Amino acid sequence: MRIKAQVAMVMHLDKCIGCHTCSVTCKNTWTNRPGTEYMWFNNVETRPGPGYPKRWEDTDRYKGGWELRGGKLKLRAGGPISKLANIFYNPNMAEMEDFYEPWTYEYDNLIHRPKGDNLPVARPKSQITGKYIDKPEWGSNWDDDLAGGSEVVPLDPNVEKMQEHIKMEYEKTFMMYLPRICEHCLNPSCVASCPTGALYKRDEDGIVLVDHDACRGWRFCQNGCPYHKVYYNWNTHKAEKCNFCYPRTEAGLPTICSETCVGRIRYIGVVLYDADKVKEAASVEDPQDLYEAQLSCFLDPFDEEVQAKAKEAGITDAWLEAAQESPVYKMAMKWKIALPLHPEYRTMPMVWYVPPLSPIMNHITNEDDLDTDGYIPAVDQMRIPVEYLASILAADDKEVVRKVLLKLSAMRVYMRGKTVGGIDEFKQSELVKQANTSPEEIEEMARLLGVAKYDERYVIPTGRREMDDDLHYKQGTCSLEDLAPPEGVNPTFGYLKAREKNYESG
Amino acid sequence: MAELFWWVIFPYITLTIMIVGLLYRYAFRQLTWAAPSTEFFEKKWLRIGSPLFHYGIIFAFFGHVMGMLIPIEFYQALGISDHAYHFGAIYGGGLVGLMVVAGLIILLIRKITIDPVRIKASFADFFTVLAVLFVAATGTYMTIIYNTTVIEYEYRLTIGPWFRSLFLLQPDYVLMQSVPMIFKVHVISAFALFAAIPFTKLIHIFSIPVKYPTRPPQQYRSRSNYRRQGL
Repeated sequence: MRIKAQVAMVMHLDKCIGCHTCSVTCKNTWTNRPGTEYMWFNNVETRPGPGYPKRWEDTDRYKGGWELRGGKLKLRAGGPISKLANIFYNPNMAEMEDFYEPWTYEYDNLIHRPKGDNLPVARPKSQITGKYIDKPEWGSNWDDDLAGGSEVVPLDPNVEKMQEHIKMEYEKTFMMYLPRICEHCLNPSCVASCPTGALYKRDEDGIVLVDHDACRGWRFCQNGCPYHKVYYNWNTHKAEKCNFCYPRTEAGLPTICSETCVGRIRYIGVVLYDADKVKEAASVEDPQDLYEAQLSCFLDPFDEEVQAKAKEAGITDAWLEAAQESPVYKMAMKWKIALPLHPEYRTMPMVWYVPPLSPIMNHITNEDDLDTDGYIPAVDQMRIPVEYLASILAADDKEVVRKVLLKLSAMRVYMRGKTVGGIDEFKQSELVKQANTSPEEIEEMARLLGVAKYDERYVIPTGRREMDDDLHYKQGTCSLEDLAPPEGVNPTFGYLKAREKNYESG
Repeated sequence: MAELFWWVIFPYITLTIMIVGLLYRYAFRQLTWAAPSTEFFEKKWLRIGSPLFHYGIIFAFFGHVMGMLIPIEFYQALGISDHAYHFGAIYGGGLVGLMVVAGLIILLIRKITIDPVRIKASFADFFTVLAVLFVAATGTYMTIIYNTTVIEYEYRLTIGPWFRSLFLLQPDYVLMQSVPMIFKVHVISAFALFAAIPFTKLIHIFSIPVKYPTRPPQQYRSRSNYRRQGL
């Protein structure tokens, strides 16, 4: 057993209103420099739709993630030898067209144009070439709220494989928001794709980062990540990605996307997992078993043996306590209402999603008289087809999604009965039983999902600075410390290098 | 005196600039050390030009090892006649040279005609391509045209021993006196190019990820161990 701690996130999709506040604050924090204009460490996609970059789920094209070849876990895009052979031209890499050509507007013209007969306009101007773009044709959220409708929606790879033709008539159409950040996977394929080893998973918190000093810009990570969350900076020629706002989480603060989330959809917590189990779990034969296999990697933070082993592995009490209070552990592992995004990529993603309940197609008119059994088929008649959700969140296993939706429905009925009344108590308890839950669990769930207090949503222990070597030196030093070498260390070559290295960033 | 400069002083100066420059950049400017790809902007022409050039130049490197570093006595001991060697060198080297030149011309045209690639290219980028093109073009000219029309020049008796003598720190510049002009131009321009390596994107020659196939796929790094190991 090799215990590691992982900082993870859950997003409750029911509460996402698609306001893009997370994307904007993230962008303002991390990617507002030349070369990063097209990077959205966090983006919110309207589903169904092609997503960002276009059709990122098309694994046949971008060849991201892992696959089983001869029973062995291999990178879909090819192993080290084939990567080295393709190093001068990466056939699977997305280009600017698949994202968009970033542009700004000539705002200055609105203010400084000399007086004329016509109103001044701010023309769009490319941020790459500086030339005017007469007609921008795609952007990071071009298809927001199903804009583009029946022309754009069929581009969604999940829609393509659905057997039933999805309806685009106004009354029958459906949509949901899918906010996405880097998954900080347990088995990250970007890390395995990096020829130089510049990408790594941090031992302490599992955050996947890029060492910019080591990165040589070989670009295999960009399409090696099946979620397309590693970006190539055309200006610095280095890879950049979501870094889980590690300077914030190290200080015990939630990521900026979470902090600013209007709908309070995001939850951050620590989970403990057994790193020795990951490879085996990622290699199970049937993609539909991957969800369960992933769950089997996590360890119960209340188990005394686990606690003892964790301490041996250098995990501190503060982190153990946080793991016990972790909202992620509760939602993903205990209640099993949060599902991983595309488990079939075999990367063991660590951003989990509570699938959205949606309006029921055949509108329930007589909820007061509806018996419990009435709710169960209703789950299958929701506007967002279970098939679609299963394609995104459960490797096409509809049963997994159904169970979650049933549990969430049971919670809704139970809480409604409790506050509004009118639903027969026996029927209520029958539904609760069918959904494999209990009133106590429901109350707890409703509090975390509905009341969603700040300190219950974010249980983030601070970075384990006590593990640092030179605490004694750091004590009482000011921010000029980098100008001086640590005590007892000669200002050698190695130290200077280590100092530069210390500016690790993502 | 000029001979002494071009075949003793100049090579040592350029190699010194290269080595010191590389060390300096490795120690202090790693953040700018990359293989600056423009694949993000354009793929179609890169797909042809880049592998053509890069594979060509790798083969050309091994060709130079065969011609410059391996002494003629080695071939004689193996029983490879001079004629057979030159036959292989002209055809093999010629093909490789054409690959390099053709690849570079495609990349250069791409650099000029594709808007984002041109606009984001620096002076150093154009300089690098033109300089490598010059060296490659002289080399290819020597291999294909000079060798077949003028004389099958036996560089393994002059340039090769001189080149090796540089590394033995006993440069024998007399060997270079009889070398045809075009060969001299090739050698001098190549050494000038070596000096440019630390200051241009050519630096990525020295970041071939040879360790990749042998390292474990997953990498963990501890924040606190990071400094201790001085990685």
